[in-house]
Amino acid sequence: MTAGAAGNGQVPVSGRLRRALASGRFVVTAEIGPPRGADPAAIAKKADLLRGWVDAANVTDNQSAHVRLSSFAGSLLAMNAGVEPVMQLTCRDRNRIALQSDLISAATLGIPNILLLTGDHPRFGDHPDAKAVFDIDGVQLVWTARTMRDQGRLLSGRRVDPAPHWLIGTVENPFSPPISFRARRLAKKVAAGAEFAQTQFVFDLDIFERFMSDVRDLGIDRTCGVIAGVGPVRSLRALEYISTKVPGIHVPDAMIRRLRGVPADRVADEGMQICVEIIQRLTEISGVAGAHVMAFGYERGIPEILERAGVGRRPDHAAANEGSGRAG
Amino acid sequence: MPTRKHLDRIGAAPERRHAGWPTPVTPSVSAPTLYRLHYLLAPNPVYRRLAAWLERNPTANRLFTAAEERIKGAIFGCRMCGQCALPATGYACPMTCPKQLRNGPCGGVSPTGMCEVNPDVRCVWLVAFERAEAEGRVEDLSLLQRPIDHRQWGRSSWVNYWQGRDEGMWTSADGRRQLPIVHRNDPGKP
Ligand code: SF4
Repeated sequence: MTAGAAGNGQVPVSGRLRRALASGRFVVTAEIGPPRGADPAAIAKKADLLRGWVDAANVTDNQSAHVRLSSFAGSLLAMNAGVEPVMQLTCRDRNRIALQSDLISAATLGIPNILLLTGDHPRFGDHPDAKAVFDIDGVQLVWTARTMRDQGRLLSGRRVDPAPHWLIGTVENPFSPPISFRARRLAKKVAAGAEFAQTQFVFDLDIFERFMSDVRDLGIDRTCGVIAGVGPVRSLRALEYISTKVPGIHVPDAMIRRLRGVPADRVADEGMQICVEIIQRLTEISGVAGAHVMAFGYERGIPEILERAGVGRRPDHAAANEGSGRAG
Repeated sequence: MPTRKHLDRIGAAPERRHAGWPTPVTPSVSAPTLYRLHYLLAPNPVYRRLAAWLERNPTANRLFTAAEERIKGAIFGCRMCGQCALPATGYACPMTCPKQLRNGPCGGVSPTGMCEVNPDVRCVWLVAFERAEAEGRVEDLSLLQRPIDHRQWGRSSWVNYWQGRDEGMWTSADGRRQLPIVHRNDPGKP
């Protein structure tokens, strides 16, 4: 039943993420970072850790501008391994021709979810000497995808027949200035066609609650599933790294004090505990559709985090798993 | 690189120059002044005739375009994309954003408001937001901006504006949910 439509293109893809969001229960997504080498088993190994615990997993697109297996190939491998993919696609490396081509390819092979974003600048990657494309921006890419799907047209106006039918996602960072503008910025992406949005890591719940209250005031939580980013900080080095080296992540002082305040051998546990508490708080915030767990390479810890947060295994997992193993 | 050239012209400090990609520029003229000046540029029959005449006279057009480049380069760091977004961005030029974002700031703006790519300058979209907000124009930033036409680089955006080519560059706030993004200059080919 999942990821069906590859055949005639007429049947809308009903992915489990779409169904989970429609059902109104708390959804869980995670992340699969593709390998740098040509290892066909690498994705399956990560998928094995997540299967049954997540509704879908993002497959990143050359994340942080570092060369990896493509998110398209990675998404197909994840599907074969029984985890529904969210194919990420950025504007950094492709112009509008390549972007639309990749989107059609994804639809044709039955990838049910896409996550569209502008992307990190090559300056931060392993090829800082690369040409940054940025032909269109992330909002325009969302709008392009929506037009391809709902109007059956390319940016040029040419017909796309049959039209694709993915669930369209985007990202937002509630913690980056201008903070009072961030919900309106998400509203803009929703107007462009985004049906779900994953956020940057939520460490500061005060700022996040204010963001969600703006989101509710604008009414966008009714048409867009807001999935909050979370993750365990398991060492002081990781804390140092994410709070100083990664653009756009905000770690509040209280959390820094808490992690610094425990003996060195307890930091990992404390980081897990903080992550669990944040998920528990998120389940109580109105308008939050779920959690997006980014585990910094600690994917094997995800089931424990979810279990302790009371989120648990995915309900209709057995039923939904049947059809997801094929790539058209 | 246009960026470099413009920054040289407006005398940016050497450490602020990043060859190879655009660098945010905070406009040197206040937003209220520019909103007022905009009325001077609004299309009218005289401007329309001037624009048409310029397009028939390459030398005059070149001079006119060079003047636009000089003025807007000095004030905004204009890179001459030829399809000016300034009236909808608090008069801060979005093409000075290293990611060429036309629809608002990325998620990498630092807590102090600095550009993620060039951490020694303020994010041009944060500047745009502050200028628009101070003038009660923050709703402008909710307009959906269509992709730019890369054939227009180097052309006069004033001529394009007076010729009516900017119409549809962004959508009006209402009813946009159903509007397709299809390029304004090439309406729906079958
Ligand atoms: S014409 Fe283009 S590059 Fe010049 S100021 Fe306007 S938006 Fe910026």
